[in-house]
Formats: sequence, structure tokens, C-alpha cells
Amino acid sequence: MEIIETLINGLSLGGTYAMIALGYTMVYGIAKMLNFAHGDIIMVGGYTLFVTLSTMGMPILGLALAVVVCVVLGVTVEKVAYKPLRGASPLAVLITAIGVSYLLQSLAQIIFSSAPRMVYVGGQDGLGFVTIGSLKIQKHILITLVCSVVIMVVLSLFVKYTKIGRAMIAVSEDKGAAQLMGINVNMIITITFAIGSALAAFAGFFMLMKSPSLTNTLGAMPGIKAFTAAVIGGIGSLPGAMLGGLFIGLIETIAQVVPGMGAYTVAIEFLVLIIVLLVRPTGILGKKRREKV
Amino acid sequence: MAAKKHIKWSHYINYAVISLATIILGVLSIVGALPASYQIIFENIAIAITLAVSLSMVVGFLGELSLGHAGFMCVGAYLGGKTVYLLAPVIGEIPALLCGFVVGGALAAVCGIVIGLPALRLRGDYLAIVTLAFGEIVWSIFMNTSEETFGGALGMPTVRIDRDYLFVIALVVVLLCLAVTQNLIRSKHGRAITSIRDNEIAARATGINVTKYKLAVFAISAFFAGVAGVLMASSNYTVQSQKFNYNYSIEILVMVVLGGMGSINGSIIAAALITFLDIKLQTVLTGELAVLQDLVYAAILIVIVIYNNAPGLKTFREKYNVKSLLGKLHNKKHDPANARDDEAKWDRVPTKIQMDEVLSVDVQVKSPYDPDKAGKGDN
Amino acid sequence: MSKVVLKTENLGISFGGLKAVQNLDLEIKEKQLYGLVGPNGAGKTTVFNMITGVYKPTTGKFFLDGEDLTGKSQEVINHKGIARTFQNIRLFNNMTVIRNVLVGLHNQPEFKCSMVESIFRLPRHFKTEKAMRERAKEILRIVGLEEERNNLSCNLPYGKQRKLEIARALATNPKLLCLDEPAAGMNPNETADLMSIVRRIRDEYNVTILLIEHDMKFVSGLCDEITVLNFGTVLAQGSPEVALNDPEVIKAYIGG
Repeated sequence: MEIIETLINGLSLGGTYAMIALGYTMVYGIAKMLNFAHGDIIMVGGYTLFVTLSTMGMPILGLALAVVVCVVLGVTVEKVAYKPLRGASPLAVLITAIGVSYLLQSLAQIIFSSAPRMVYVGGQDGLGFVTIGSLKIQKHILITLVCSVVIMVVLSLFVKYTKIGRAMIAVSEDKGAAQLMGINVNMIITITFAIGSALAAFAGFFMLMKSPSLTNTLGAMPGIKAFTAAVIGGIGSLPGAMLGGLFIGLIETIAQVVPGMGAYTVAIEFLVLIIVLLVRPTGILGKKRREKV
Repeated sequence: MAAKKHIKWSHYINYAVISLATIILGVLSIVGALPASYQIIFENIAIAITLAVSLSMVVGFLGELSLGHAGFMCVGAYLGGKTVYLLAPVIGEIPALLCGFVVGGALAAVCGIVIGLPALRLRGDYLAIVTLAFGEIVWSIFMNTSEETFGGALGMPTVRIDRDYLFVIALVVVLLCLAVTQNLIRSKHGRAITSIRDNEIAARATGINVTKYKLAVFAISAFFAGVAGVLMASSNYTVQSQKFNYNYSIEILVMVVLGGMGSINGSIIAAALITFLDIKLQTVLTGELAVLQDLVYAAILIVIVIYNNAPGLKTFREKYNVKSLLGKLHNKKHDPANARDDEAKWDRVPTKIQMDEVLSVDVQVKSPYDPDKAGKGDN
Repeated sequence: MSKVVLKTENLGISFGGLKAVQNLDLEIKEKQLYGLVGPNGAGKTTVFNMITGVYKPTTGKFFLDGEDLTGKSQEVINHKGIARTFQNIRLFNNMTVIRNVLVGLHNQPEFKCSMVESIFRLPRHFKTEKAMRERAKEILRIVGLEEERNNLSCNLPYGKQRKLEIARALATNPKLLCLDEPAAGMNPNETADLMSIVRRIRDEYNVTILLIEHDMKFVSGLCDEITVLNFGTVLAQGSPEVALNDPEVIKAYIGG
């Protein structure tokens, strides 16, 4: 029974990672950049939730506001910091993204101080448990799992069947050709950032549901882990990001349960990343690209 | 001939300034005129300069982003620091410190080669993430060692080398690091390294041994990061592994970027200035205000990178830049005939990796791939 | 009877199902000016990519001076004596003109100087640097870029960038110099100038030259022998007059 509980915990954590990884992978696929600040969007979503909860006390309203704030922030960051660098060296874009990440973290610390804030999404005592047979699972884990699956399905359908979604695929394949076909590339990039940021807000909600402590570095580590997940799954691939997220979530949960391994969780996750990148640099589901000579 | 001499002199001005500073400060310290707080500031500045100059080799000249520089430093601090700790009672502090430099630097260099290996296959963002992962792995491993080996979470006890002369040793290390980096970069090997940065495919086609140079740069850069780690271990009573997380790597990166990519002197000035401000502002900006500094650095970083790299700002950049402003002051026009033969444009982030090429991790045909892409290869 | 410099035997490559080049047999003799022509997508650049080690051929072999170089890396092939230019110019853009050529000289045995010697500034370092600079200027003189040597290569006009690429390739002291569309984007005057440069390079440096070109005047005015490719297969081989008047070739170009 413990094994099943661990697996469910892992999948739930993986669902959260997958949600962040989706944001990374979509932005990477379309804007061809590693948005290092993506994790910090989660943190901003968390503080939005904190403010709404402490003033109005409605978690769902908090989530809705967090989504709005994150979307506005994500789009603004794209317009102000990344758009001027389109066509510049990716290294420059990456360094800028690192700068944005630090800017957001220090801004949050100035506004909210570095002391952790408690965000009780499900009340002080949490949401309680669900028992199925002899399984006793925390409710928030099930909510996370179900919500993330639903979001992933909706997103896949959106990309596959809507006009905007197909335009996204076109832009990720070939920006120039997409533009010639009359697709507004700038708008598609903006929409991608908006979707990614909205997913980040959801991820922040799930993370705070799991552990209520909120600091300005809430999103930093999960962000990097989720990028790892996106790379493992194959960057630019939506199913890959989901798979990678679940994979990383499972590894983390299992490593924490196995005696003697818990302390090395981070090391193990990153080791997996390095191995995957060396053995199969394109990730599990990624496509191989070639350089034109 | 006169012009040539002038150029040579300007090449070595950074050595002259640092040597002079070392001698003056050393004398002041012997006389006892240098307060302890300043000795500590100079220790830290020397460590920061060593880190920034060694990282600028990888980022500025080889054109690869390393987010794990603190990891190499961590290896040096722990293994070199341990060497000093074990040897100091036997052979004395200074010889032990020198042994520590060798051991810490060499082992960090080995790690540098290990991390350089992925650099042969991966580029750009991917490599950045691998180096970040390496740094995190290193400190978390030392974090979990037992108390009697490397101290684990409590930190490892080290020998605090006498404040009166540690900073002099540290400044000598800076000179050494500077000499190695600068001499290497200003030689045919430096040209080979920057050619890889500018266009790796062309460099290969021109017969440059890309493997050799990438590994060499990673090894040398890691060596000095390791030595800086030993210095850091020796300027404290313990080393804490958490200090070497990726925030620290990024702090070093900020120094390199603020100093101007590929400008060694820029890195030196930025490292010295930032470290000095950090220490001085600690007393002014207390509590939550301390973060104001990070905020300002982050903002400057963004503005500088966008200013130097945005394609849309090209004309603006050509009109208003430091060089042309300085040129106006000196009333000296840029004459190509008088320019140095090795002059190059350094402030820009290297353009080696083009947009489409980010994901191309393998240029050799080993397995069949999409036929629809194949046609693109030749026309 | 001059000796064969480059020989390919049944050389071919396929990407997935697509046979980009197949059954290519070339024999290029010493000091020859050899042309490789064909419509867009015929596989000309792919041939270059194979003989310079960018792609590994899936079938066949190629030999330089009788030595099998199939499957060797780009660096090794360059050391053995094949240098190239690129269709989409690939200069070291942040470097000055002379530095570009100096990088080309990097591996010449007479300019050997180890990293240790450079780091410690041993006498050999200074000697090598000086000698390399002299040689680089000499090479730049041939392509007429000596005056521009201290300009950044990205600030050169297009035609001069092409010439600089040739100079850089020449600096590696090749036996075989492969030029990928050297006259692309040049006006008639520049093209004529380039033709005389290419001839001079061949005569003064004893290099064999293989070139891809679309400008038929350039090809027929310069080349001794050509091979026409279409869809990865050889349509015709021989002197320019004969090969370009081959009915198959005319059909491939004009269609019908």
C-alpha cells in the first residue's frame, strides 16, 4: 500500500512539474529561448494568492487573480526584456532571462520580506484525507493530479485543433515560413507566454496546497527541475514535457522514501538530466535538428 | 615604432596596477597601517577577481555559458581546504596552502574536463543547464558527507591563514590567473578559442581542434576557480557547502557580464567594484534593504545585455557608445591603419549560436532523420 | 600525365529515404580547375560536405593523394589538405580580417607553438606570432585585402567577405581548395577579378581547385573540366563546352 501511495504522491508532484515544464517547453519551442524567469512567475502567482487570501479569503478567486497577474507579468516580461533581443544570440537572451529572474525575486523580497508567508489554500488544517479501501491519500494530492491531467488534455486539444494552436506549431517549425503564410508571429509568441504563465499560476497554487510556506525563491528550484523535465521529455514536445514532469516527480518522491537517498534527491535528479542529455540530447520524445552547413 | 610600444604598454597595464597595489598593500600591512577590515576586503576582492577572470575565459572567449562555476570552487574549497587542514600542522601554513592550491586546483580542473566533455556535444542553453546541474550536484554531495570527512551540513573546519599576509598571497594568485588567461588569449591559441566562439563550423573546417581547446579552456578555468575556493576556505574558519549553490555561480556571471563579455579588464573592475560595494553596503543596507543591491544589479544586467545585443538598437549603439564618447574626449579618430592587429569587438555576447542552431547538437549523420529536412542541407 | 589529387569512388549519401547524392565518381588532377555544376538541390554542397567531413558518406570512398579519408573528422581532413569555403559565408565575424587568416594558419607545422610556450611567453611565441603575421599579410595580398586587414570582417562588403573566406581556406595550405559558389552575389567586374585571383592562387600555390558555381560564364571561362549533377546523380562529365551542351544537361536546366 505504501508503494501505491508513494506512486500517487509522485504522480501528483510530477503533475505540478509537468505544468511548469509545459510552460518551458512551449516557450522554448516557439521563442527558442530558455525562459529562466519562468519559475519566478510561479512565485509571483503565489504572492498574489497570498494577498487575496489574506484580504478576501477565497482560494478560487485567488487562483483566478493569480492567473491574471501571471499572464500580464509574463507578457510584459516578454515584450520588455525578450522581444528586443529577438534575433540576438541565445546566450544574450538567457543572461537577460537570468536577470529578470533575479529582478523578480528581489522585488518580491523588498515588498514581502524574506520571511516565509503562510498560505493556507485549504484552511489551516489542510484539506484532509480520502480513503479508498485501505489507501489513505491526502485530498490535495488527488486534486492536483486530476487538475493537472485535465489541464494537459485541454492544452493538447487546444494546440491540435484550434487555429491558434496550429499556428503555434507552424511558428515552432519555421518562424519565417509561418510569417510568410500570414501568421502573426509576434502575437503567437505573446499567446505562448500567456499560456505558459497561466500554467505557472496553477502550478503555484498546487505547490502551496502541498506546503503552505511561501518565500521569494518558491519557484526557483522547481523551475530548474521542471526545465530538466522538459529537456528529459524532449524540449518543444508537449507530451514530452508531461512525461518528463511525471518522471522527475516520481524520481523525487521515490528518492525521498528510499532510506539514505533522501539527502541526495537533487543530485540524483540532476544526474539523470546529465545522463539523458549525454545519451540522447534531444530527450525522450524530441526531434533531431540539424545545422545547415 | 612609438605607436607599437604604446600598445604593448597598455596590454600590461593591468599587471602593473595590480602588482603595484600588491606591493603597497603588502608594505602597509607589514607596517601595521592596514586595518583588518581592509585586509578582509582585499581577500574577497582577490577571490572575486580570480573567479571572474577564470569564468570570463569560458563565457567571454569560448562563448559557452557556465552556470556551475561555484561548483568548481566548491571542489577546490573542500579538497584543497582539507589538504591545507591536514598538512598545516606538519609542514607549516604557507607550504600547506601552496599544496592546497595544487590539489584543489588540479581536482577542480579534472572536474572541468569532465564538464567539458558534454560541452563537446551540447551547446548554448543545454550546456548552461548541465553546468548548473553539476554545481548543484557538487555542493549537495559535500552537504551530505559525514562529520569526520567533510563536515556535512555543519561545514568543514579549515585553517584560517593569517590575515596579515593571506591577501597578499591572494593578489599574487590574481596576477598568476591574469597572466595565464591573458597570455593564452593573446596568442594563436586564443585566436583558435575565439574562432570556436565566433563560428564553430568554420573553425572545424579551418582545422581547429575544437575538442582540445574546449577541454583546455574548461580545465584552466576550473583550475583557477578551484584555487579561488582554496583561498576562500583559508580566509574562513569553516566552509559551508550551501554557499556554492547556483546563486553564487550567477553572482560571478553577473560580474563577467557587467564588466563586458570578453573584456578581462572589465571583469576585474566589475569584480572588485561589486565585492567592495557588497562589503561596504552591508553596514548601510541592513535587513531587507540588502536586497536593493541585487535589484539594481539585475536591472543593470538586463539593460546592459539588451543595449549591447538588441538588433533593433544597432544604429543607436553605433552612435552612442563608450568608445566613441571616449574618442571624442581624446579627439582621436579611429584609423584602421593604426589599429591593433588583434583588435576585435568584444562587448557583444558571442553570436556563435544562431537561432536555428540551438538544438543542433550533432552535425554528423549517424542515424536517418526526417527526409523533408534533408533537402535543406544543400542548395 | 599529372597525378590525381582527389578521387571519389561510388560516393553517395542518403538522408532517410532521400538519396541526396549517389554513385559519384570524380577524378581531379593536380592543378586542375574543376567545376561542379547543377540546378538547385542537385547535391553539390552535399558533395562538399562529404569530402570535407561534415557528413559521413553512406556509400563509397574518397581519396586525397591516394589516402582514404572517408569518415574522417573535419579537422583531420583539413590537416590532410582539403580546405573549403561556405555558400552562406561563415567568417569569424567579431575578428579583424587578418585574424581570420591567422586562424587559418594555426595548424601549419612551421608555426608550431604549444600552449605552455604561449602562456610563459617563451621566445618561440614571439617568433611564431611575427612569422604568422607576415604570412597572413602575404596571403591577404593575393586576394587584394591587405589594406583592409585591420577592419572587422563583418564590416566588409559581400564580395570581399567571399575573398576573405578564400584567403582563410588558403592559409591552411591545402592540396585541394573547395569553393562553394565563390562568385555568388558579385557583379561582373568583381567576378572577372575573382577569376584572375583563382587562377593566381592555383599557379602560385600549386593548389587544385574544385568549385561550385551557378554563373556559367565563370565556369566555362575558368574550369578545365566539369561535372554536372542533377538530383544527386551525374548527368555529364568533361570539358565545359562538351558537358554544358549535353542534351541531358540542357533538359535539366531548361526543363521539358
